[in-house]
Amino acid sequence: MNKKTQVIEREAVVVKFAGDSGDGMQLTGTLFSESAANTGNDLATFPDFPAEIRAPHNTIAGVSGFQVHIGKTKIHSSGDLCDVLVAMNPASLRANLKWVKPGGTIIVDTDTFEEKAIEKAGYQINPLEDNSLEKYHLIKAPVSTITRESLKDAGLDTKTADRSKNMMALGILNYLFNQDLETTDKFIDKKFKGKEQIANVNKIALRAGYNFAETIEALDSTFVVPPAKLEKGKYRNITGNIATAWGFLAASERSGRPLFLGSYPITPATEILMELSKHKSLGAKVFQAEDEIAGICSAIGASYTGSMALTTTSGPGLSLKSEAIGLAVITELPIVIVNVQRAGPSTGMPTKSEQSDLMQALYGRNGECPAIVLAASSPANCFYYAYYSAKIAMEHMTPVILLTDGYLGFGSELFKIPSVSELPDIKPPIAKPNDPDYKPYKRDPVTLARKWAIPGTEGLRHRVGGLEKENIVGNVSTDPLNHQLMTQLREAKVQKVAEFIPEQDIMGDETGDLLVVSWGGTRGSVMTAVKEMQKEGKKISHAHFHYIMPLPRNTKDVLSGFKKIVVCELNAGQFIKYLRITYPEFKYLQFNKIQGLPFFVSELTQVFNQILEEK
Amino acid sequence: MINNTITPSQIKLTKEDFVSDQMVKWCPGCGAHAILAAVEKVFPETGYKKENIMMVSGIGCSSRFPYYVNTYGIHGIHGRAAAIASGVKISNPGLSVWISTGDGDSMAIGGNHFIHIIRRNLDVNILLFNNQIYGLTKGQYSPTTPLGSVTKTSPQGTIEHPFNPGGLVLGAQGTFFARVIDNNVKMMTEVMFEAAKHDGTSVVEIMQNCIIFADKTHASISSREVKDEVQLHLKHGEPMIFGKNRDKGIRIHGTKLEVVNLGENGITEDDLLVHDQYEINPGVHRMLVKMKPPEMPVALGVIRAAKFPTYDDLVEEQIEHAKENSNIKTVDDLLNSGEIYEIN
Repeated sequence: MNKKTQVIEREAVVVKFAGDSGDGMQLTGTLFSESAANTGNDLATFPDFPAEIRAPHNTIAGVSGFQVHIGKTKIHSSGDLCDVLVAMNPASLRANLKWVKPGGTIIVDTDTFEEKAIEKAGYQINPLEDNSLEKYHLIKAPVSTITRESLKDAGLDTKTADRSKNMMALGILNYLFNQDLETTDKFIDKKFKGKEQIANVNKIALRAGYNFAETIEALDSTFVVPPAKLEKGKYRNITGNIATAWGFLAASERSGRPLFLGSYPITPATEILMELSKHKSLGAKVFQAEDEIAGICSAIGASYTGSMALTTTSGPGLSLKSEAIGLAVITELPIVIVNVQRAGPSTGMPTKSEQSDLMQALYGRNGECPAIVLAASSPANCFYYAYYSAKIAMEHMTPVILLTDGYLGFGSELFKIPSVSELPDIKPPIAKPNDPDYKPYKRDPVTLARKWAIPGTEGLRHRVGGLEKENIVGNVSTDPLNHQLMTQLREAKVQKVAEFIPEQDIMGDETGDLLVVSWGGTRGSVMTAVKEMQKEGKKISHAHFHYIMPLPRNTKDVLSGFKKIVVCELNAGQFIKYLRITYPEFKYLQFNKIQGLPFFVSELTQVFNQILEEK
Repeated sequence: MINNTITPSQIKLTKEDFVSDQMVKWCPGCGAHAILAAVEKVFPETGYKKENIMMVSGIGCSSRFPYYVNTYGIHGIHGRAAAIASGVKISNPGLSVWISTGDGDSMAIGGNHFIHIIRRNLDVNILLFNNQIYGLTKGQYSPTTPLGSVTKTSPQGTIEHPFNPGGLVLGAQGTFFARVIDNNVKMMTEVMFEAAKHDGTSVVEIMQNCIIFADKTHASISSREVKDEVQLHLKHGEPMIFGKNRDKGIRIHGTKLEVVNLGENGITEDDLLVHDQYEINPGVHRMLVKMKPPEMPVALGVIRAAKFPTYDDLVEEQIEHAKENSNIKTVDDLLNSGEIYEIN
């Protein structure tokens, strides 16, 4: 029963799946993205879930979402507002309506819009019946009824049958985006490998959804997003946390130093710990410590012992690790501390993203305590910044703090798979057995790094520790001039890293009316906004920083070419303070958002236009 | 000499191989000097290559130890020696790892790491210097200071119940616990050797005298005048006998231990409890660690040395198993596993 539908080509589309925690929205979104990737779309995804595992049924607190941005061009973020919202209950509609574009499509499960659920969501009257959704394209689908009906021969009880509701909804989306069902089948089979009955039930529900969409009047047009012109090669969809874990595995393989991770579970960083736990076949040793402090201290022990040592955490955990980072700084041992930032202070909003730990990473320790700070900017490039963090830590014998955030960690995008042999060399300065010249604090003249003398090696027995040490020989020392010298050497060693990292690049002209400065996880939206304005002919450029401490050696030149500079951050203004201290000769404007949400392209362009207009 | 996976030394080592060139800065008369002497004696006896011995410490008088013995070493931060040592041992199980720590370092600020390293049974040796006081900060009470003691932070006497370190170790499912007094270097050396031999976390509580801030804190059990009557020296497989004339013993009566006089009421050695340090069930070991005067003697020597798998062995086993059974042999394998989309 084919009806005539109009197929509309779209350059990019944002789809959000929302339902009760436990409705399977994360899986539905993932399957939809895999289908899109399979047809050659570029994509980015972001899950949006509550901190609670299963908050009360049908409440706003229990709404779990998954946003997918697919396109025929390069996709840089998971998107601002959505073109299509799938709302599996009244609460998910109410929680997400503000993120739907005017005129966007909303698909609701009408079966769930019964009195009690409507009330629990905080509606006075049924929103499907009061014309409040007039400006949207509303598709009313009795998802529960159709799912149950389609599975009536499967011999399932209602509760079990209802578990396939998400697949019924996905069927509607597959129709709406002209995706073929066989591709989704393939992913269902993979997901439910060894559970054939469940896979089959889900496929039936999927078809029920597809057929429903095909028959209803309300769906008279469908979309197609043509394949993106991506660079030739192999791709996979990857989240920032997984990419971080894999970047470290690659660094371990290339450096020949075994991977050791000491970590304590904390949202949103736990996936890195879980992922590395899986890879014992690559020799990864993962120690789930009794607390955050034990996480980093075990890593320091492993680093002294010759491992590529890591600890992973989020903001509150970084606070607990501060004293131990100081120990790594004074013992000059390589270690990478990953902070997947979340909204703070204190417990804050654990599942929401923020960039508010920058000052903590730079300065949050006792004493003069410099450490390298890097920040990844997309889920996929977490792989590379994890790799570079490990490389810098080991080659320069210093702790490195790698900042990512919940948005990058949980978000995903397509990742062009590199070959490990293409990655840059990692050559730690390991001391040779019985080296007659070995002294614990004797330094390489170029990097100022001391040598890594690994226990078990003959002729290199030595002690390190938290007490200040005499330059070169390494004995405990409270000599005033020696302390000043050692403090300066530790600082100089960190500053020297600027000679080994790339220069800061500018997207756009090197001079102009406005330079937009950003760092870390905001790159996608800021870049998209700047590009849009460049297309309109505005003299605007973008400098996005990945290297924070030290800053790239040409930073001053980059800042010099513009009439105005605006620093955009998801915090109250931390990078801007750092720039003001480092380059006080420039005047900086700022744009900050502290809502646990990413920047929207629309709000950025509005701010940039306003700045350009102001005299 | 101990036979295990730690690389043995090709030549016979002596005390001199481990003497450091650093000035030892403990107070004259401090019990720590005797502990250092015992360690310098034990290290060559283990037969390990000197580069494969590693000292780790936290903060406190006890924790200056790594600077005073010529091995690889880390002087860490307060309370964290056990955590640092965990990373060392997991990273290289071929090292003989020794922790020097105090009652403040491991029972207060480092209490969490202390119980968890024991629970995991990581194969390290913990020398717990128990002087019942904070020495390096000049005389505040510690978690093992006897109730009612007057210290700089308890001018009216402490109101905290002290830990019994042995009780804590066994409560944390410890597999090895020994107790010695710093004035008995011979026993200290023997017990440290046993600790080194044990596969798992070995805790040696050394009742140490702090001559400045808690002098004679252990005198009621360590002094020459009373020691024979209040010390029970445990030996595996031997009946528990003590007393100057070796005329007292320990037997089980009902659910409790009691002191009996040999020869009285027909009691002979056969009635006494025979020490079994290898017994898996910690019941008797728990009773032994809790014994104290005046009713009972203090148990010294190896109280428990039960055999359990070690964390570090299990790590290696899992890695070996994964390497044999996984298709992911390299990071390239990993990158190309799962769902891949090819763009031509």
